[in-house]
This record gives sequence, C-alpha cells and structure tokens, in this order.
Amino acid sequence: MTATTTAPVATPSVRTTRPPSARLRNWATRAPLLPALIFMIVVTQLPFVATLVISFFDWNSLYPDARHFAGLENYREVLTDADLRHSVWTTVLLTVAVVLASLVLGLVLALLLDRRFKGRGVVRTLLIAPFLVVPVAAALLWKHVLYNPEYGLFNGLLHYVGGPQPDWISNTPLLAVEASLVWQWTPFMMLILLAGLQSRDHEQIEAARVDGASDWQIFRHLTLPHLRRYLELGALLGSIYIVQNFDAVFTITSGGLGTANLPYTVYQSFYQAHENGLASAAGVLVVIGSIIIATFALRVVSSLFREEVSRA
Amino acid sequence: MSAVAVRLRSRRKGTGLGLVAWLLGIAFFLPIAWMALTSFHSEQDAATNPPSFAASLTLDGYREFFGAGGGASPWPSLINSAVASIASTLFVLVLALPAAYALSIRPVRKWTDVLFFFLSTKMLPAVAGLLPLYLFAKNTGMLDNIWLLVVLYTSMNLPIAVWMMQSFLAEIPVAVIEAARVDGARLPTILTRVVAPIALPGIAATALICFIFSWNELLFARVLTGVVAETAPVFLTGFITSQGLFLAKVCAASLVISLPVLAAGFAAQDKLVQGLSLGAVK
Repeated sequence: MTATTTAPVATPSVRTTRPPSARLRNWATRAPLLPALIFMIVVTQLPFVATLVISFFDWNSLYPDARHFAGLENYREVLTDADLRHSVWTTVLLTVAVVLASLVLGLVLALLLDRRFKGRGVVRTLLIAPFLVVPVAAALLWKHVLYNPEYGLFNGLLHYVGGPQPDWISNTPLLAVEASLVWQWTPFMMLILLAGLQSRDHEQIEAARVDGASDWQIFRHLTLPHLRRYLELGALLGSIYIVQNFDAVFTITSGGLGTANLPYTVYQSFYQAHENGLASAAGVLVVIGSIIIATFALRVVSSLFREEVSRA
Repeated sequence: MSAVAVRLRSRRKGTGLGLVAWLLGIAFFLPIAWMALTSFHSEQDAATNPPSFAASLTLDGYREFFGAGGGASPWPSLINSAVASIASTLFVLVLALPAAYALSIRPVRKWTDVLFFFLSTKMLPAVAGLLPLYLFAKNTGMLDNIWLLVVLYTSMNLPIAVWMMQSFLAEIPVAVIEAARVDGARLPTILTRVVAPIALPGIAATALICFIFSWNELLFARVLTGVVAETAPVFLTGFITSQGLFLAKVCAASLVISLPVLAAGFAAQDKLVQGLSLGAVK
C-alpha cells in the first residue's frame, strides 16, 4: 500500500508544471484516503469482477475438467429456469412487502412517539429492541417459539379465544418470513421517521393549528412533504438490506415452500449444487437488481412525491 | 378557535394516543419478553398449549445451552464471534479515521465522488463476491479461518464507518481548527486536543454499530467457516431443525447470543439513527 502512495512522487519527470512541494502536499492530503480505498477495491471489487468472469463459463465444480466458455448461456438458463425466475419474483415481493409494511408501521409509531406522554422513553426502548436481536435468533424465535403449530405463542393465544390452530409456516410461508422481517425492520424505519418529525418547524405547525387547520390537514400538507426525504431514505436503505436478506429465509423455511429469494438461490446453487457458473450469473443479476433499486426507485419515488406536493 | 382551546383538545386526545403507543410498544416487545420467560422455564412447561405463563422458573435451559446435557459447547463460537467483531471493528477504525479526516476536515478534490464510491460498494450485495471468495479461500487454505472473516467484515463495515465518521467530523467547526492552527498548534496537537474530544462520541457510536453488524453476520460465516472458526450465528443455525423438546434451550441461546448486540445498541442509542442512516439524518 505504501508503494502505491509514494509511486507518483517517485516519478517527478512526468509532470513538471507544478513545483514538487505542491505536488507533495497534494499527495499528502490524499494519502490518508488511500489505504481505505485500496482495501475496498481489492476486497469488494475484485471478487465481483471474478464473479462476472465466472458467470460466462459453464462450470460445475464436481466436473472441473468440463469447464468451458459458455457466453450468455448461464444468463439464458437463469432467466428461463422456472425456479430461478420464481426466486427473482420472490425477492421483489419480499422486498417490496417488507419495506412498505415496515415504513407504514414505522410512520404510525413515529407519529405516536412524537407526542409527549408518560413513559415515552420506555416505549421507545421497547420498540427499538426487536432491531437489536441477532437476525438468526429473531428468525428462530419466530419459527419455533411463535409459529409452531402445537406449542407456539400465536396458537397458544388463539387457544384462549377458541380460534383456529393454523400451521403458519406451511399455510403462508412467504408471509411468515415477511412478518418476522417487518417486526425487525419497523424500529429502523421508526427511528429515521422520528428524527424527521423532530426536525419539523414547530412554530409553523402551531400557526397552522391556530388558523384552524385540522390534524389531518397538518399531516397531509406540512408533515408529509417534510417527511418525504426521510421516507425515501428509509425505503432506500431498507431495500438495500432486505434485497440481500439471507438469514430469515435460510432459518424459517430453508428456502422451501417457494420462499427462496435470489441470495438464497445463489448460496444453494454453488454450495449445494456446485454450479459455479449459474450461481455467478444469478449473483450478477442480484447486483443489477440492487443497482436498479438504488437509482430508479429513488428517482421515481421522489418525482412522484414532488408532483403530489406541487399539485396539492 | 383560540390557541388555549386547541391545546386543551389536543391534550385530551394525547392521553388516549399515549395509551395506543404503550400497547403497540408492548406488542412489539412481547416476542422478546416471551422468549426471556420461556428461557427460564423447563422444557415441559415451555411446550404447552395454552402457554404456561406462571410455571416455575429454572436455569436448565441455560445449562443445556452451555453444554451440560452433552451438546456442543457454544464457547468456541462465542469467542470466534468476539474475535471477528472486535478485530474487524478495530481495523475499520484504523482505516476509516484517516479517510474520514481527508473527506471532511481537509477535504481532497472531488471528495464527494470518493464518498459515493464507498457507498456504492455497500450496495454491492454480499452474494456478488461470495463464490470467488470461497474459491480463493479454498485454494489458499484460508477456509475455516477466523481472520478471513475479519478481513471481510472490515470491508463490509468500512463504507458505513467512513460515511458516519465523515458526518461526525464535518460537525466540527472549521473555525475552531483554524484558531488552533493560528495559535501555533501542529497537526498531532490539533488531532488529539481539538478534533478527538469533539469526535469521540461519534467514533464510539460508529464502533458499536460496526460491532453489531459483524456479530450478526451469517452468510459469509456460514459459507466460509466450518468446525474451527464457526461464529455464534452459525452455532444458532444448529437449532433450525426441531430436536424434540428444546424451546427453553433455543430461547436461552438466542438471548445469550443477542445480549452483546442489545447492549451495544442501547449504548449507541442516541447516535443509532445518524449511524444507520449513514449520517444523512442528524
């Protein structure tokens, strides 16, 4: 790493327009950045490039001698394979459902916590706790302790009211995974939105109230436009994390019952099926999906919102 | 309507909504409370329908978890997780602090581009590089080695840390640093006497959040470790398939392994939002 930081200084003959001392100082200000930059490029970008290369090969690690260049064959297979196509759809469904549900719930909780009441600090602490349970532990908790059809808490509570005793995970597998994720991610959304609510202009709201604006009008025309940035941010960060979710799918359903999302499929196709080429192609697709979410979704959401606000 | 009347009306509604907030808070916390209660029940009492709320308490679940019943001891995995989380957090700080300094206090040219490069690596899903990393580890004998996880967790958290600390350091007024410089203070003095005291709470929160993410990580640990370097979340995956009556043991295990995260999270509570939103929300 040090070799890289000093290399440009060691070749002064290339550029002689500026005095060496200025160039030296220029590199001195950049030097603190370089270790972190080089580390990130080596550890994250190189493996991705390797994934990209492998994705063009037909390569099953059980038959290493049969490895050969296959062009776009893997992508064709990934996109036409019913199971893999289904996992793309599952990923989208899982991400959208969890992000939307936790955003709405988080907004309700943030609005409630934005008011003063007895024990607000305690309630805030109770609400943050689900986010601070290790994801695998949270998934185990939902799978065994809450969903279990014989002795789980849900059916135990239903028992009291004489309700049915459903087998939650078998009946609604994807919803079961989503509910556990919504439980973990709602606190995250709440924290971001609460910070947004607390940065509102309180004098403006007080003035609107004195002028006779109803709570709904204040929410619709003052609070919601102000929260736009925070809603976007919560949706964006939540999507980035939930698109990549592996823990909940792996733990609650082990990818069965049609809940396998792309990260789980990538894991399965090389860890269990040893299909390196296919796994890489699916991995590249996850990346493309993430990039689409990160750029387009944000733009669409913000432009929609701006229209709404200007029309109102 | 007068301002006083409006306030009176909203206060009366306030108590009702406060109650709703309490009910929702309890509902969200209920699974955790139930997990804690079950962990102190005997296996027989833990697996009843309707649930036994008032069953007698015992530490058997914890004894079982720590290997009293002949199961595998969780200690090696807990130690591995501690090593991976603490070592990677230290590496992150060593790499991120100078970078954040160069991006906020003495910003280099095009510093926003650099900042967004770091963020973009975070949007690259972990599965994107998983296979090459696995093949690399297999060919170099690094498979099942905790230090491979340390390197990967460092890369996983470095972008978050750079963003967080950039935002914390940017809050330090430039005038304060300039004043110190005019007074003849040199860089080491400025860093230790001016920058560090203001930035320390932010650095601590960054470290705690990096610790949480490393402690929680499953995918890399699951694929790249085996018997020797197994981490606590991988140990937990042993409970995925039911093994007869084992609810109290599962609850004890989940709670013990979550304790460091709960502690770190509540310690960083004030800066949690700023950290998790990469400094975007103050």
